[in-house]
Amino acid sequence: MALENADIENIAVLARLQVPATETSDYADSISSILALVDQMQQVDTHGVEPLSNPHDATQRLRADEVTCDNQREAFMAIAPATEEGLYLVPKVID
Amino acid sequence: MTNKTLIQISNELSAGQYSSREITQDIIAGIKTHDHQFNSFITVSEELALEQADAADARRAAGHADLLTGVPFAHKDLFCTQGLRTTCASKMLEDFIPPYESTVGQRLLATGAVCVGKTNMDEFAMGSSNENSYFGAVKNPWDLNAVPGGSSGGSAAAVAAGLVPAATGTDTGGSIRQPASFCNLTGIKPTYGRVSRFGIVAYASSLDQAGPMCTTAEDAAVMLNAMAGFDPQDSTSVQQDAPDFTADLNQPLAGLKVGLPKEFFGSGLDPQVADCIMAAVKQIEALGAQIVDISLPNLELSIPAYYVIAPSEASSNLSRFDGVRYGYRCDQPEDLMDLYCRTRAEGFGKEVKRRIMVGTYALSEGYYDAYYVKAQRIRRLIKDDFARALAQVDVIMGPVAPTPAFDLGSNTKDPVAMYLEDIYTLSANMAGIPAMSTPAGFVNGRPVGLHIMGNYFAEAKLLNIAHQYQQVTDWHLQTPTSNTEKGA
Amino acid sequence: MAWEIVIGLEIHVQLATKSKLFSGAKVAFGAAPNTQTTLVDLGMPGALPVFNEEALRMAVTFGTAIDAEIGKHSVFARKNYFYPDSPKGYQTSQMDHPIVGIGHLDIQLEDGSTKRIGVTRAHLEEDAGKSLHDDFDGMTGIDLNRSSTPLLEIVSEPDMRSAKEAVAYMRKMHAIVTTIGISDGNMAEGSMRCDANVSIRPKGQEKLGTRAELKNINSFRFIERAINVEVERQIDILEDGGKIAQETRLYDADKNETRPMRSKEEANDYRYFPCPDLLPINIDDAYIDAIRKALPELPDQRSARFVSQLSLSEYDAGVLSASRALADYFEAVVAVCNDPKLSANWVTGELAKFLNQNNMEINAAPVSAEQLGQLISRIKDDTINTKGAKTVFEELWDQTGTVDGIIADKGLKQVSDMGAIEAMVDDVIAASPKQVQQYRDAEVEKRGKMLGFFMGQVMKASKGSANPGQVNGLLKKKLDALC
Repeated sequence: MALENADIENIAVLARLQVPATETSDYADSISSILALVDQMQQVDTHGVEPLSNPHDATQRLRADEVTCDNQREAFMAIAPATEEGLYLVPKVID
Repeated sequence: MTNKTLIQISNELSAGQYSSREITQDIIAGIKTHDHQFNSFITVSEELALEQADAADARRAAGHADLLTGVPFAHKDLFCTQGLRTTCASKMLEDFIPPYESTVGQRLLATGAVCVGKTNMDEFAMGSSNENSYFGAVKNPWDLNAVPGGSSGGSAAAVAAGLVPAATGTDTGGSIRQPASFCNLTGIKPTYGRVSRFGIVAYASSLDQAGPMCTTAEDAAVMLNAMAGFDPQDSTSVQQDAPDFTADLNQPLAGLKVGLPKEFFGSGLDPQVADCIMAAVKQIEALGAQIVDISLPNLELSIPAYYVIAPSEASSNLSRFDGVRYGYRCDQPEDLMDLYCRTRAEGFGKEVKRRIMVGTYALSEGYYDAYYVKAQRIRRLIKDDFARALAQVDVIMGPVAPTPAFDLGSNTKDPVAMYLEDIYTLSANMAGIPAMSTPAGFVNGRPVGLHIMGNYFAEAKLLNIAHQYQQVTDWHLQTPTSNTEKGA
Repeated sequence: MAWEIVIGLEIHVQLATKSKLFSGAKVAFGAAPNTQTTLVDLGMPGALPVFNEEALRMAVTFGTAIDAEIGKHSVFARKNYFYPDSPKGYQTSQMDHPIVGIGHLDIQLEDGSTKRIGVTRAHLEEDAGKSLHDDFDGMTGIDLNRSSTPLLEIVSEPDMRSAKEAVAYMRKMHAIVTTIGISDGNMAEGSMRCDANVSIRPKGQEKLGTRAELKNINSFRFIERAINVEVERQIDILEDGGKIAQETRLYDADKNETRPMRSKEEANDYRYFPCPDLLPINIDDAYIDAIRKALPELPDQRSARFVSQLSLSEYDAGVLSASRALADYFEAVVAVCNDPKLSANWVTGELAKFLNQNNMEINAAPVSAEQLGQLISRIKDDTINTKGAKTVFEELWDQTGTVDGIIADKGLKQVSDMGAIEAMVDDVIAASPKQVQQYRDAEVEKRGKMLGFFMGQVMKASKGSANPGQVNGLLKKKLDALC
């Protein structure tokens, strides 16, 4: 599956990565070669094979409904790039 | 003081030959003096380490010392360390100081071990050569022109250079075993779920597993004892008590059935590496093991399947790095979109961005079934291969990597060539089985590791085999002194 | 042209757990920003989710309450999108394998008939944080307290054909979730919110029209208004020869209009995949059966019982069973006074009026069910009359004392002493010769109405404390004797 520059631009928007125009075809080339490698999978018949997402086929453990942590806002906010009045600040969000 | 094993330091501490403060100071001095050659550390933690060392000395004085009490070690820089910056070798987390400690870190601290610093790595654990680091490439102490392997290359180089006796690593597709092999170390990737992932910055959640990197199998067993165990904070942690991994180290290997998969010895394997591996297998046979030819027919598919699953999970796992709550944030964002796109473009390195894009693409509408679901099906084929093989034999052996450590810069232009280096290691992560590397010789002065894989939860068996092998060989005791200015 | 309205609802119900869906952070409304967050809710590096068992129990309880298929093997999936209130860059939700599958719900229409609405699915997911648009130098503030709060998203079939049906469905859903105790149902605090998919098509046409999704409607009143205004908008467009755009719209209650949401305009690809940090949830029949057995009486069952056992009207029974708290309150009143009809009148009348005026939920009512029951008992045993009872109720609402204490303090005990009442009746008749003459001149069937004047005078003379029944009987007897 060879990707065009336009594909890279779409993916970059989805992934929220600014890709300068000068790098687009470089990414297109290298990602296309990775996809060519990946496409080897398509030669294998996996009909009837259940997808495996956890090596143990394990099931979810449940947590008791208990409050187990205190307010640590100060520690968390101390490492944030921009805060005010206990809030994280971001450029204006428009609904 | 350098080149001591973890057990040696532990013994000398309990014999009172020196205090934890003294060995910690020595080790930190050693890092400061010698690491400029290897670039194996990103952060040295002098102040915190000395506090921990003093606490360990007090604990020893009070008669409560453990095997690891006062013993210095280093963390790969993706274990979140409370109050100590954790960078993942990324500009994105260049100044990130977590207000929390990983479960593994907590467990090690609870034994009284002393964390002297954070080791270099491929950014967000993405790489096989430790050349993808915002803090610069790591050099192999055995040959400064060679890579140390990756992604736990800093941990490998630091232990191999004798700067620390042990370090933590993580292995998503070989990131403990391959650098262990390249740097002549004993490194083990435990069964998926054996070691908690809580507080370890995730690369690919269903594949990541932490483990120790040490000089000897015995050291690795001691480290793993501290690191492993059920953690209620990790849903994928296996609800099972970890055994004492040192208990079976001295079991004889008589009757052991060792499988050699023919797919591990194909045309891609460097013949000299093959010779080392076969010589090691012969020695293990001489210890009473029986060698059986087996097949893992879907081995080759582990590369394409891995390079779908890992980037897919990573693309989602790394979405949280958005410049809002922690980490790097671009200057003067014009709007929200600009904040996201520039923060992430400026904060992540090229390989990380590439894998995020591959994963984003593989999960996108119209491609999900052909890529992600297909890869998960192949993942089951690989697991089934191992199930069949391990019904026949106790363990599987082979090379860790097709070649010894390659030259710095030799694979950086072509990501696919780099990915192919992972051929022998990926399948253990795909199946979730434990696997390790133990030193097995040298090719042109560069180390070669023997790969041992076993059934789920068979870490003690793997360590037992490596330990027995280490009793009759001295590869693991060799140090790279001839190639470096160190060795004083 | 005649248009048919087609509505499907997605209702988000905040589950009343103590802690969050995936972390041990407290879930409480109105805390200071970002004080109820953990590593997990903030999406800190290396933080991992662990699933809250109570959220599972609540979701399965809901599924059994609407007679739905229960997903014995359900899977959490990541819905990937970037937004500041979504700290991980994905929302943990369920896609292919929801916890609750196909079910249904019956609503009562205005003509008294019942209509069955299909429920497509209900799935567990985590809530997002909140964006606060107060001006921080042109920036938006993010509060992640709500991040990872458990939600059950209930998706209906497009089975509703009017805004009123949508409201009835939402009310019934509200009654169910509050009755089974999985949510406080507080819409003002966002415990229950709804998105409405609205489209129109020419009557008789099979094919569905293009729909607009109205986001985040948080009151019963707004659902009706938002849908109606959106339907009008769509009709105007189609009748002008235009086309409806498939888009997400926001209802602006102040302007009573819907407008496109700018942030959601951009085409999205959520890249759902199973969350590798969480494992599939497997539950067995024993687990489901135990929950089914423990189900409380559901609103429809309770309503039916109110009719059959307590002889309430269908209407009163429906109103009183609309929320568990209200029904519980009502039954507690009946338990004290043993008069269902009078209890129903007071609960749906005076109490509802006061709650409404004070914008209060039943749980917050300052008059307890026991007090109201006692009050009704005092009406029944003729201690007070209805007028006096209303005064007592007002005092109880202001919490000035007990039922009997207030009756005594305010002198509301009604006079049932025949002699005293007779004296008052005689006085009034003697003082009102003009009205007595009118009464005598009136046709027999109109005299009943005229009695009101004399009643009023006697009650006034007794300062409201005379037993109205006795007064009425005596007045009639004495006046008729004069005719």
